[in-house]
Amino acid sequence: MISILTNNWSSLMEGVKYTIESSLIALIGSLILGVIFAMLEISPNKTVHIIGRTYVEIFRNIPLLVVAMFFYIVMPQFIPGLDGFTAGTIGLTIYTSAFIAETVRAGIESVDVGQMEAARSNGMTYLQSMRFIVLPQAIKIVVPPLGNQFVNLVKNSSVLAFLAGFDLMYQGNLIASTTFKTTDTYLAVGLLYLIMTMPLSYLMRYLEKRWSKNPQA
Amino acid sequence: MSMIEFHDVNKYYGKFHALKNINLTVERGEVVSIIGPSGSGKSTLLRTINGLEHISSGQLLVDNFDLADAKTDMNKIRKNVGMVFQHFNLYANKTIMENITLGPIRVLKVSKAEAEERANKLLGLVGLQDQANKLPSMLSGGQKQRIAIARALAMKPKAILFDEPTSALDPEMIGDVLDVMKKVADQGMTMIVVTHEMGFAKEVGDRLVFMADGEIREESNHPKEFFQNPQDPRAKEFLSKIIHAD
Ligand SMILES: Nc1ncnc2c1ncn2[C@@H]1O[C@H](COP(=O)(O)OP(=O)(O)OP(=O)(O)O)[C@@H](O)[C@H]1O
Ligand SMILES: [Mg+2]
Repeated sequence: MISILTNNWSSLMEGVKYTIESSLIALIGSLILGVIFAMLEISPNKTVHIIGRTYVEIFRNIPLLVVAMFFYIVMPQFIPGLDGFTAGTIGLTIYTSAFIAETVRAGIESVDVGQMEAARSNGMTYLQSMRFIVLPQAIKIVVPPLGNQFVNLVKNSSVLAFLAGFDLMYQGNLIASTTFKTTDTYLAVGLLYLIMTMPLSYLMRYLEKRWSKNPQA
Repeated sequence: MSMIEFHDVNKYYGKFHALKNINLTVERGEVVSIIGPSGSGKSTLLRTINGLEHISSGQLLVDNFDLADAKTDMNKIRKNVGMVFQHFNLYANKTIMENITLGPIRVLKVSKAEAEERANKLLGLVGLQDQANKLPSMLSGGQKQRIAIARALAMKPKAILFDEPTSALDPEMIGDVLDVMKKVADQGMTMIVVTHEMGFAKEVGDRLVFMADGEIREESNHPKEFFQNPQDPRAKEFLSKIIHAD
């Protein structure tokens, strides 16, 4: 396995780079989309609620590979030159955002309604109350489950391998098919995924502990 | 013009008739106490005044704004009508200072320095100057409620609504909160207070409203007389229970 790592170091690192890049973009994108769709879901306006709900239900219940393939095969007809990496990252973002929306919605709903009522009674608008009072409290409740989503995100980015996305899994497949050392290759790939996801798990655990001690931090 | 006017207001929760033909006028500077058995609609009545609940029919004027009119900006009304809750509802993620200054800074667009200067004065008024940098979770119930009153006052409101402000407190803390409320009343604030504190209703309240089953059953401009000689049978029954409970 050591020889697989040393002989293919540069292509594996290339894969790690694409995996991290895709995961980071998808992380930020899905967090933003997730919060937006969570807000739509809890909106008192029926139509807005239904839009949010529909988005979440659709993308939560279709396999990631199908979502990613859709962007890879269908979208280039509208956006010429859309490559596998971009298409896969878009698919990953949208897929993950549906789960994040559900997590954030549950977090928002777990904040005492009295907090929103107090903020509204204090003269703040609905959006101000959300921004300054409800969301900051919801985020803290939501960190542990979100941490899991982000670890899943890194793992799920291996879907790029199917779209010629140059990620770690893609490089692994390539190495395995040229060296025929499949066991060692996938062991090495698994190890590299672990190195990426473990610190993330620990970071989330650390934040969870810190915030439970000091709710204002 | 009166501060608050209810004209034949009705409120339904689904099929449940929670407020029945409410007619009530609150003048500026008046302190009105609302008493009545549990489930009689006291909280509902209070919460319609700042639009936390919508009325189903009738007319409700608050500071000359018609609350049933879709064009009325509820935020403008809430800016002028503060609310103090039974369970305090201080912002859990904000310090005491931030609890008091957030509204003035974000809604009234006052500078942070000015908001904090005023907050310090209010902390003095409620006797909690030394608590400014703490989080709400570190305060006792009585302290929290006094901060909630300071938070409401910081908006320089035209009226403050109190929904059982002392009901969640240990007996030894009730006095401190009532003292602060009395101070606020003495400064001429318009107050509507849902309460079980008959002492406050008698001594501080200018007027008394007794509710039962979603209706205003009795209204008195002389709370002391009401307590000596209630007219409505439900009020008699209610008072006899309370006096026996003491
Ligand atoms: N959101 C709601 N949906 C349905 N029914 C409600 C709602 N809020 C209150 N009610 C009902 O309306 C009636 C009046 O409630 P309200 O809270 O105004 O009473 P209250 O006089 O404040 O009672 P308490 O002294 O227990 O606080 C009660 O029967 C209650 O169950
Ligand atoms: Mg009540």
